[in-house]
Amino acid sequence: MKRFRQHMLICGGTGCQAAGSVAVKDALVKEIAKQGVADEVAVVETGCNGFCAMGPVMVVYPEGTFYVALEEKDIPELVSEHIVKGRPVERLFYKEPKTKEIIPDMLDIPFFAHQQLIALKNRGILDAENIDEYIARDGYKALAKALAEMTPEQIIAEVKTSGLRGRGGAGFPTGLKWEFCSKSAGEVKYVLCNADEGDPGAFMDRSILEADPHSVVEGMTIAAKAIGSHEGYVYCRAEYPLAVHRLQLAILQAREYGLLGDNILDTGFAFDLHIYQGAGAFVCGEETALMRSIEGKRGMPRPRPPFPAVAGLWNRPTVLNNVETWANIPQIIQNGGAWYAAIGTEGSKGTKVFALTGHVNNIGLVEVPMGTSLRSIIYDIGGGIPKKHRKFKAVQLGGPSGGCVPEAHLDTLCDYEAIQKVGAIMGSGGMIVMDDSTCMVDMARFFMDFVQEESCGKCTPCREGTRRMLQILEKIVEGHGEPGDLDTLEELAPMIKTSSLCGELRGPLGLQG
Amino acid sequence: MAKLKISDLAKIKEQVTASTSLREGGASVKVTVHMGTCGIASGARTVLNAVMDELEKSARKDVIITTSGCMGLCSAEPLVTVEKLGEEPIKYSYVDDPKMRQIFNRHVLEGEIQTQWVLAKGSEQ
Repeated sequence: MKRFRQHMLICGGTGCQAAGSVAVKDALVKEIAKQGVADEVAVVETGCNGFCAMGPVMVVYPEGTFYVALEEKDIPELVSEHIVKGRPVERLFYKEPKTKEIIPDMLDIPFFAHQQLIALKNRGILDAENIDEYIARDGYKALAKALAEMTPEQIIAEVKTSGLRGRGGAGFPTGLKWEFCSKSAGEVKYVLCNADEGDPGAFMDRSILEADPHSVVEGMTIAAKAIGSHEGYVYCRAEYPLAVHRLQLAILQAREYGLLGDNILDTGFAFDLHIYQGAGAFVCGEETALMRSIEGKRGMPRPRPPFPAVAGLWNRPTVLNNVETWANIPQIIQNGGAWYAAIGTEGSKGTKVFALTGHVNNIGLVEVPMGTSLRSIIYDIGGGIPKKHRKFKAVQLGGPSGGCVPEAHLDTLCDYEAIQKVGAIMGSGGMIVMDDSTCMVDMARFFMDFVQEESCGKCTPCREGTRRMLQILEKIVEGHGEPGDLDTLEELAPMIKTSSLCGELRGPLGLQG
Repeated sequence: MAKLKISDLAKIKEQVTASTSLREGGASVKVTVHMGTCGIASGARTVLNAVMDELEKSARKDVIITTSGCMGLCSAEPLVTVEKLGEEPIKYSYVDDPKMRQIFNRHVLEGEIQTQWVLAKGSEQ
């Protein structure tokens, strides 16, 4: 058998033939004869080698050089260079697909690029059920600093400097709240966390507790030192089993490490934390009702004053903050209040987490610096309205206590006062985007139905008035609206609003008025 | 477990960094299944089981499988991050059982990124 010094295996599979391998093979045979190496080189046609997309392909042995996308015009050069002179033609080599360049960087994706993470800094990065991973991301460092190096007054001053306001929705300055409580007389004080996230469409607090429960534990322990408390509760709704589970694990692990309990980090400070599971009454997200619920009583609001900072849980001075507020605290202590205050607007500092949902392309959890426009959140981060022929109609902010912002006010910035000015509230972070297929009366009816269902019944105007308003809205939605309905709604709304105890109703009634 | 002193925090950080970092921990790949409620509701548990199963079949000892919480883009769940030694992390979206198996066998074991299912590379910070 004749021996050749080189074999050129050209693919003759259907794919390569369709791409022109027959002509390439003919050209090859002609060219090796022309250049006088026909006796030294064998041209072999093979079956499909599976790389049809890059055909016609050819392998030259013994080197194993892999050529792709060959054309007739490449052949003279290939033969004279590779076969005669022994210099493989690099430009015809197979090149690794540039997957890394094709794949976008996370920060090139607008959804991630426009976000700034503080409360969510550990999202998707650590194992929430392993305290060591939290510590590895500088967890409990702020607590160590607060316990070993700072006085209660310094902690409060730092939080006041940060400009942090309550992320539950009302936006009361957190540092000020702590200061009031620290000045209240009493041996026994409590630190509470409101994790009774009840607004339809809101899931910020749940996600924080599921992804990074230790940030809440750490934040609460720092506050305990600031106000002189030794016991705290997280009031979490029982409908959040995973959040409760991970928080429970976090508390157990923190206790084992001596990060909760007596003599925390060997500094002599003592604080322990318990979980109280709420049974799912919306009103228990209201602070005074929440405290009554922990006391084992029916969750109903009571008039204020006295404020919880003076007489809260079991009539003791109490600080209550929401999950997101707590998650911000460790970083404020670690990086300083001024660092936090450098982010945001004049009156609203730091970042805000939103649960973006509804008629929007990217549904998820979003943390943006205060001062970001609603339009940017919905269009840049959210990717806009999914259906092409649909248009944006309104975005609902703040749950049942909030309001709807139409297109005309979409350039409103994330800022407590700016959002209030256009008739909604910052709220806890629920952000439901609606396209023009949404009936706004039906939306009002939905929230009125929710509020009516959740009315605790303590205040007669709320209990009875919301039922009457719901009936009117249902009638309008069914197409049986009558002249005077709107007048009745407008008459009822302020009446119920001013004669009921809690803030549950402020928004839905505002919708009408 | 012993109660910690302040100086212990830095030690734990060091140990964790050593054992979970790919280079120092002896592992060459880390697979993270994002398991918040959103992930679990869209099938992250099936995905986790699939990758555990494939790992067992492969008998590889240098692959870490771990879980984490929501990374924000709930509508693209289940999300999985594959991080290979010396490479940027790759985030896969809409992962299911067969996709996870293919990602494991082709990307984790053979280094061939399954571009068609990739959301992005890199990390947020």
